[in-house]
Amino acid sequence: MTPLLSTSDVNIFYGEKQAVRGVNLEVQRGSVNALIGPSGCGKTTFLRAINRMHDLTPGARVTGQILLDGEDVYGPDVDPVTMRRRVGMVFQKPNPFPTMSVFDNVVSGLKLAGVRDSRRLMDVAERSLRGAALWEEVKDRLRMPATGLSGGQQQRLCIARALAVEPEILLMDEPTSALDPASTARIEDLMTDLKKVTTIIIVTHNMHQAARVSDTTSFFLNGDLVEHGVTDQLFTSPRDGRTEAYVTGRFG
Amino acid sequence: MMRAAAVTSARPAARLSPVRRVKNLLMGALILLATLLVVAPLILIFVYLLREGLGALNLDFFTRTPAPEGEAGGGLLNAIAGSLEMLAMASVIGVLVGVAGGIFLAEYPRHPLMPTVRMLSDVLAGIPAIVMGLVAYSLIVLRFGFSGLAGALALGFLMIPIVVRTTEEVLKLVPLSVREAGLSLGLPQWVVILNIVLPAAAGGIVTGVMLALARVAGEAAPLLFTAFGNSSVNLDPTRPMSALPLEIYRGATSAYDENQRLAKAGALLLITLIFLTSLLARRASRVKR
Amino acid sequence: MSEPAHRPTTRAALSSGSDRVFQVLILALASVIVLVFVLSVYQLGREAWPALHTFGWHFFTGRTWNPVEGKFGAASMIAGTLVTSLAALVISVPLAVASALFVAEYAPKWLANPVGYLIELLAAVPSVVYGLWALFVIAPVLGRWQTAYFLDPANVPTLTRCNQLWAEGQTSLQCFFVPSGAGGRGLALAVIILTVMILPYTASVARDVIRLVPADQREAMYALGATKWEVISRAILPYARAGILGGVILALGRALGETLAVAMVIGDSQEILKSLWGNASTVASVIANQFGDAQETLHRSSVVALGLSLFALSVIVNFAARLIIARLTPKGLQ
Ligand SMILES: Nc1ncnc2c1ncn2[C@@H]1O[C@H](COP(=O)(O)OP(=O)(O)O)[C@@H](O)[C@H]1O
Ligand SMILES: [Mg+2]
Repeated sequence: MTPLLSTSDVNIFYGEKQAVRGVNLEVQRGSVNALIGPSGCGKTTFLRAINRMHDLTPGARVTGQILLDGEDVYGPDVDPVTMRRRVGMVFQKPNPFPTMSVFDNVVSGLKLAGVRDSRRLMDVAERSLRGAALWEEVKDRLRMPATGLSGGQQQRLCIARALAVEPEILLMDEPTSALDPASTARIEDLMTDLKKVTTIIIVTHNMHQAARVSDTTSFFLNGDLVEHGVTDQLFTSPRDGRTEAYVTGRFG
Repeated sequence: MMRAAAVTSARPAARLSPVRRVKNLLMGALILLATLLVVAPLILIFVYLLREGLGALNLDFFTRTPAPEGEAGGGLLNAIAGSLEMLAMASVIGVLVGVAGGIFLAEYPRHPLMPTVRMLSDVLAGIPAIVMGLVAYSLIVLRFGFSGLAGALALGFLMIPIVVRTTEEVLKLVPLSVREAGLSLGLPQWVVILNIVLPAAAGGIVTGVMLALARVAGEAAPLLFTAFGNSSVNLDPTRPMSALPLEIYRGATSAYDENQRLAKAGALLLITLIFLTSLLARRASRVKR
Repeated sequence: MSEPAHRPTTRAALSSGSDRVFQVLILALASVIVLVFVLSVYQLGREAWPALHTFGWHFFTGRTWNPVEGKFGAASMIAGTLVTSLAALVISVPLAVASALFVAEYAPKWLANPVGYLIELLAAVPSVVYGLWALFVIAPVLGRWQTAYFLDPANVPTLTRCNQLWAEGQTSLQCFFVPSGAGGRGLALAVIILTVMILPYTASVARDVIRLVPADQREAMYALGATKWEVISRAILPYARAGILGGVILALGRALGETLAVAMVIGDSQEILKSLWGNASTVASVIANQFGDAQETLHRSSVVALGLSLFALSVIVNFAARLIIARLTPKGLQ
């Protein structure tokens, strides 16, 4: 089976400074993939290259190739806006749209793109909220401001919002780092269900989280992809000494 | 006992010398006095206008035009109507250009024209209102004669930098991550700006527009040679138009009691409206944060 | 995986092509700001050209402003603008800073907010309303004092001497402060009302920057055993001075361009300034008082040239303010 996402020799620069060096990575459909590594090693930088977020950062530059379903993400004819539609993203801190209700947040990707059919919007909202394990908690307050939800609920709302546009791949950048342990557990539980509908790349600096939720894990260090492999293997018998040092807690 | 005394004498600064204490109190008193001096004119002006102008704020004031020079009675309907119409027209310019300018500065910081627009907007904020009047005069009045439109243009130009500045400031208060969330959904930047960022900043922008309105509503100088004034009610923007500050200026410098009385009533109405607008603007911005 | 048919259709309008259209639209509207500036310079320059061309530098240095003879030199009104603005600045700055200190350092919150708000309202009072109040309330008070001065026999010698000097077009330090009119209007009244009008600009900027002074600056000084005033004068004011100066220059800009209140009370005389109490004029007041009656091309052009000068002056003041703030701001602040 061809991989959903494959990158070859991806380098990312901020001005003169290189933050990611020659990354080759393949991600299979319907899998959860964890990016781990110490703070500042380039995980976020790499993740944001996949949905062309760097287009908006002054001075940021991406070289190499990223293929999504065989299509070059940075191809000359590819519209970044259209490309971002195929790639969902969940951020470190919950960021619901502040002036919108719970419902409007979930369907914002469709509604603001011109979908008016209220039946369809309602269907999508329910499906996405169920997908994010939030439906039962908010079904009676869909019209309330989203900012009234708890932090954990807000983050699941953001997941639902990303799911609503049916992304082929979902990028999650430390989605639980701002949450309490109970909310974190709920979102971790969610991952296994989510891979039935999409493919996930999750950045985490919590190794236990990576071990619990992911099928494959990539270990980054100083902008290099040091090791990539099946999660169990990577944690139990790493090939690289640096990986071993990291997963056994000898640094980071 | 002896030891304690020794310790105290070893630290002479522990007790405040009388000179420092008196100086401290004196400066405190002076600061209080100065503050009273600063606030006093506002209260004196308001009380004076209430005493002299409230009596003239009757039904006639709002429904009639000024009586002929030297005669009793009349009102300032012409000025009220003119002010409202010119402010409405000025807002179109001020809000459209001001909000767009604010969006440009906040959302396109990398654009090569950004520094120029920012600098010129700041420069325009400092241009005296009367000079804007001269500009509108030479742009419009020289060709088409005095008109409400020329006055509105001058007022609109004056509103622009105020709206630009507040819009830029409040847009920058909207977190970057909110914009990124919108973009990551595959929405184009303009949809994100108009439908997500702008609504989040709406309270602050409304505040800015209201402050700008409150500021230009009281300007007479830029209207002297543009709207010029009109003693009857005129809603046609291509003809001379009156405005409250214009009538206050003419009335206050007139020799007739009756005109002075109308001027004071007009001044009372004007500052009451301006104060209320400022108050509402403050409320609007406070709710948002 | 969901089947592709479920994926929302991306409409053409949502591609980044639409982003380019929007950016052009925003840029076009924002360019109006540039346009207003360019048009202002162009229009004022064109209208002012005849006067500037005829008189050259003498337009700014000439002392006669005589529409009847067609001679226009703006020295007296430039002097009027500088004298009124600087005098108002000198009087208002200490008051404004004191009120800012009161709001930021002394007053309890329940009092600080309303007082701060009153000071902001002071900035919202229209120029004409200040003018009206100055004419109807302050001018009579000054007028009474002037009359009393004239009627006091003890002042007769001084008055005679000064009258003689003034008749020769001269003045002395003492005579500059001797009343020359009795209506209350004149330069002094203009300075008074200008002082009141620019107070809130300095005051609110000063308040904001004083509030921004980090707590550790204060606490460090208190920890040394300083009194409140010592904390203010040695920690807070030095730290906030760049910002306060910015507010002062903002106020100067306002004072230079302030028009109607001054035009209403200053007496509109273009003679050389001989007494603080005499009639005078400023650049802005002449524009307001004469532009409407200026029928002659050269007269009109000269008045627009005054407007152009005011324009240039306000641009210069704006740049000076930035420069000074950039120079004086303590490192690490903004
Ligand atoms: N916008 C930026 N401009 C310049 N350098 C950046 C920027 N964002 C991140 N960096 C740098 O790139 C490196 C990688 O950062 P990041 O991808 O955020 O790391 P991680 O997510 O693994 O903690 C860091 O050294 C960081 O300082
Ligand atoms: Mg990161």
